[in-house]
Amino acid sequence: MLEKALVGNRSYWGWLALLAGIIAVGAFFYLRQFAVGLGITGLSRDVTWGFYIAQFTFLVGVAASAVMVVLPYYLHNYKAFGKMTILGEFLAIAAVIMCMLFIFVDMGQPTRVLNVILYPTPKSLMFWDMVSLSGYLVLNVLISHVTLDAERKGIAPPSWIKPIIILSIPWAISIHTVTAFLYSGLAARPFWMTAVLAPRFLASAFAAGPALLILMTLLIRRLTRFDPGREPLQRLAVIVTYAMTMNVFLILMELFTGLYSAIPEHVAHFKFLYVGLEGNTTLVPWMWTSVVLAVLALVLLLNPHTRGKEKTLIVACLAVFFSIWIDKGLGMVVTGFVPSPLGHVTSYWPTLPEVAISVGIYAVGALVITIFYHIALSVRGEIAH
Amino acid sequence: MKAGRRSFLKNAGLGALGLAASKAFPAGAEGAKAGGGPRWAMLIDTRKCLEEKECAKCAEACHEAHNVPTLPNPRHEVKWIWKENFREAFPDQEAEYFDEVLTSSKMLVFCNHCDKPPCTRVCPTQATWRRADGVVMMDWHRCIGCRYCVAACPYGSRSFNWIDPRPHLANVTPTYPTRTRGVVEKCTFCEERLPEHRSPACVEACEAKAMMFGDLADPTSEIREVLRTRFAVRRRPGLGTHPEIFYLV
Repeated sequence: MLEKALVGNRSYWGWLALLAGIIAVGAFFYLRQFAVGLGITGLSRDVTWGFYIAQFTFLVGVAASAVMVVLPYYLHNYKAFGKMTILGEFLAIAAVIMCMLFIFVDMGQPTRVLNVILYPTPKSLMFWDMVSLSGYLVLNVLISHVTLDAERKGIAPPSWIKPIIILSIPWAISIHTVTAFLYSGLAARPFWMTAVLAPRFLASAFAAGPALLILMTLLIRRLTRFDPGREPLQRLAVIVTYAMTMNVFLILMELFTGLYSAIPEHVAHFKFLYVGLEGNTTLVPWMWTSVVLAVLALVLLLNPHTRGKEKTLIVACLAVFFSIWIDKGLGMVVTGFVPSPLGHVTSYWPTLPEVAISVGIYAVGALVITIFYHIALSVRGEIAH
Repeated sequence: MKAGRRSFLKNAGLGALGLAASKAFPAGAEGAKAGGGPRWAMLIDTRKCLEEKECAKCAEACHEAHNVPTLPNPRHEVKWIWKENFREAFPDQEAEYFDEVLTSSKMLVFCNHCDKPPCTRVCPTQATWRRADGVVMMDWHRCIGCRYCVAACPYGSRSFNWIDPRPHLANVTPTYPTRTRGVVEKCTFCEERLPEHRSPACVEACEAKAMMFGDLADPTSEIREVLRTRFAVRRRPGLGTHPEIFYLV
């Protein structure tokens, strides 16, 4: 099946070449980082995790969100998602690969990264994160390969894959739960130490992931003959609506608990996010952009009229995606470090090399998705002939 | 052969740290489990320490002995022991009406060598661990530089090597290893001096005799005697980490 990746038109190859160029730039800067150390990032003694770990966290959510097409199709026999599941699974594979790369580039000693396997440490959540992420990758590679292969041959998928698909559903929940536990189990960081972190991660993931899937489906519908029809996209839009509502609700819960209790070490983090702390307002404009986008998204999504129209749905999905990206991909990780446990406010902003490496990793994800979607659609083209 | 190479590498790693924990405290390591070995702790007499406000002899001695670099960029700072504002060292203490001598001064801070260290719990490679004698140790040859321990430490005691520290050492102390970029480091209670029955370098360097190092497991030790008779506080005790650095106020 993989040979289908090698057959494509000029725009297919042009796009791949562009992505390869972006990856090369990222790789160049990574080699710099490898030689100099993480000192070429904007990180510091007080803010020790930043853009890389935040992108990792955001993308774990995107990976987990595949479950939002898999679950209705396989558990509720919702047939309209039949054509969508493979897209969700491929998106999950690309997202997990990006997650692993973001973890890798964040390591101070990347050549020693296999120590995590050589000295397995179950009391560390990072060990479980590795187990759950790599397991999820294997599950999705296996499931997508077996189901697509069956589709190519025009036969029903073998029955043994069904329990594996069912297993992938709780597994998807687990990857984002474990990722939340990385943060929420640390007494040193009151901003993260909240029981609502894992539910919030899941809610935001199930909004941002399907929103991205809607946007990508509309894009490939324009570029190819693939058309899943109106119903699955509308149903995904309903899922995005519920999840985004839940996400905003949970954010408000956090704000109430943090601010009404008025414990200084809790309040300080929210101040840093929304009004600035000790004159440091790095994230303030971003966070308010996230708020405005969230409100816009909810208005457009909750109104059945605007949700039903494709143009406004696109705006809503973009708003959901970027609102959550700002919240998780910029705000969530850094704010845990500001102020530090000693009350220091240190500003952090990703440097050029840091951004170039990150964009390079996103380009790897885009490359993987392009190739996999290309294969899937080629297989379907065969069926149509 | 395989085993030989493996144990050689293992020993080389530990050897670079000075002495292996088990070798340093043959009796202590096992004895502590049975309640018999030492449990090291430190006591800081803040009033004595504050007599010389600008004094930094302890930090200088420590950083010199352990090849801690002086880095030009404060963001990349590596430090094992330093002074921190009272409010920042003790954020739980409502200090509004305390003696200004105390609240306007800087307190000596370093790794607390917690009895229940949150940093060792999160390490995915067991590159940091608590020894039976209470010293929270680091293996700079195993650390992958994920900085999870830095996130978990409620005292800001851990530093990461953002760049190669070696060009930033004025003098290299040959008896102690230097570090590479990309690993975490912190105070190790001078574990390399303990088997020689020498106090930590900071204690030795303190002319005001404001620092006391001792064995909490020994009820007759000097440190236990002071803790019995005078009121001492620890940093953020509410977190349940059981720090082993005590401050007389």
